[in-house]
Amino acid sequence: MRRILIATVWFYFGILLIGPLAYLCTQSFQGGVAVFWDEVTRPEALHGFRLTAVITAIVLVVNVVLGTVTALVLARQQFRGRTLLSGLIDLPFAVSPVIAGFMLVLLFGPDAILGTFFGTLEVKVLFALPAMVLATLFVTFPFVVRELTPLLQAVGTDGEEAARTLGANEWQVFLKVTLPAVRWGMVYGATLTTARAIGEFGAVLVVSGNVLMLTQTATLHIYQSYVDFNYVGAYAVAATLIAVSFVILVLLEVARSRVAAGAA
Amino acid sequence: MKIEVRHLSKRFGSVEAVSDVSFGVKEGELLGLLGPSGSGKTTVLRMIAGLETPSGGDIFIDCLRVNDLPVQQRNIGFVFQHYALFKHLTVFQNIAFGLKIKKWKKAEMAPRVSDLLRLMGLDGLGDRYPHQLSGGQRQRVAIARALAPRPSVLLLDEPFGAVDAKVRQELREWLIRLHDNLNVTSLFVTHDQEEAMEVSDRIIVFSKGKLEQDGSPAEVYEEPATEFVARFIGSMNILEAEVRGNLARVGGLEFPVTGFPDGHRVQVGFRPYYVQISEDSMQWPLKAKLRRIYFLGVAYRLEIETEGGLILRSRMNKEEFRERRFEVGRPVSYAITQFRLLPQEGRVAAL
Repeated sequence: MRRILIATVWFYFGILLIGPLAYLCTQSFQGGVAVFWDEVTRPEALHGFRLTAVITAIVLVVNVVLGTVTALVLARQQFRGRTLLSGLIDLPFAVSPVIAGFMLVLLFGPDAILGTFFGTLEVKVLFALPAMVLATLFVTFPFVVRELTPLLQAVGTDGEEAARTLGANEWQVFLKVTLPAVRWGMVYGATLTTARAIGEFGAVLVVSGNVLMLTQTATLHIYQSYVDFNYVGAYAVAATLIAVSFVILVLLEVARSRVAAGAA
Repeated sequence: MKIEVRHLSKRFGSVEAVSDVSFGVKEGELLGLLGPSGSGKTTVLRMIAGLETPSGGDIFIDCLRVNDLPVQQRNIGFVFQHYALFKHLTVFQNIAFGLKIKKWKKAEMAPRVSDLLRLMGLDGLGDRYPHQLSGGQRQRVAIARALAPRPSVLLLDEPFGAVDAKVRQELREWLIRLHDNLNVTSLFVTHDQEEAMEVSDRIIVFSKGKLEQDGSPAEVYEEPATEFVARFIGSMNILEAEVRGNLARVGGLEFPVTGFPDGHRVQVGFRPYYVQISEDSMQWPLKAKLRRIYFLGVAYRLEIETEGGLILRSRMNKEEFRERRFEVGRPVSYAITQFRLLPQEGRVAAL
């Protein structure tokens, strides 16, 4: 019985994870390293990587800063509507990214209020970087908040109060006491955000317009190459993203063990 | 007065946690705030510290009204029940925290921390992290950290509440010695009346947000100002009696009283060691039956049922107990050598 169970797990992992990964890796190097390199360093691919990196960087900074502020408010303040906001945090998990992108299109479309407003300012939101950042922010929003809020509640306010009695102002309390206590939770949330931002496809596809060399991220480039029957190109860029994901996975494990150690 | 509190009150929503409390603390005093949980004693301490804002009344530290002064500027040291040490810092860094915030020079900081480590019996533990210490050591680090910036008063919230009984006893004695050495004005909160008795120069008893009594441990014990204090501090037999002909009568017992009209109800209280018991049924005038014997370590507690059906507790030291031949269920004779009338709401009874 035990063997059957273990075999089932191996089979499940094999079909879902290991098989596809192995196949992808072999296929990307099908034409040799030179072809792989050519595909990865094509201007379109490089542009895609760069755009993905820019979006991820912006989203990471905004999400860590605002996510931390949100978690602090939800964990430390009592106010009207707190329960409602706490409940809404998980909404991005429940809403399909395509719908998220579609909502942004409606909000910032030329006929909508916000679209008209930014139109008169001559700021291009839709089918440009701002909308792609907003869409990615929407889908990554829960990661930092969800990680930090319970952690802040568990850590409690004793240490913060102790620091205040020792003369620390609010900024010093945050930097010297609160932040060190939850830093690994923050790293964990940030790593999840990065992984999700790099891999985001649906929401970005809807709001970006998928314009070659303009609004085409790495994942959109994979999709485009695939649609255009450039399989090797799709495989090569995909394998590169997989490698990045692997590094993130390792970071994630480190962060998770530190969070667990800190909580103990 | 080092600290003075006048008509202090605090409401949490519709709950009055502290109502109209006034007291003073003299320079160098070690004062205990005693009361059951929810009596408002911790809230009073936190308001003095500035961790809680009063709803009414004034707080003075060193003759300065500090109501509007933030916690950072009150120059107090605060010790939390659960230590509240900074887990990511070593013992040394924990103690130096307040000095760093106050921008002490490195050359003055290191000797100050070393002095405190020695004073607290924490020599050689400076590089440890809090999780590598025992509960008693952690609490001493917390006290050292609070004392490091030379606060003008030290406030301790249930300082020994989180350690086991044996360590608690050691820490109590240690706190008394520390206070004798440093002479820093200290207030500590406790729900343990024995701890308050042993440690404090003076005790303030709280119940339901109100100040019940302010006095020395002996005064609070021997002359409880209210019924609550009488019941809360130590063990006491309390009987509700009715006055008739200048005698308070209950269950066949008669206590002489004066100044009450017939039919008036009074509460008669006496400590267990004022109940004398003998296995010789002729030694004392009153008769009872021995119900139970409890061994308390240093003494025995005997529970008797009187002829009138009252249950009374008596206390007898070990030596005396061993000279006698008590047997549960046998008749005994007893006497009540002292009693007092418990103060009733709104009046203090005279003996």
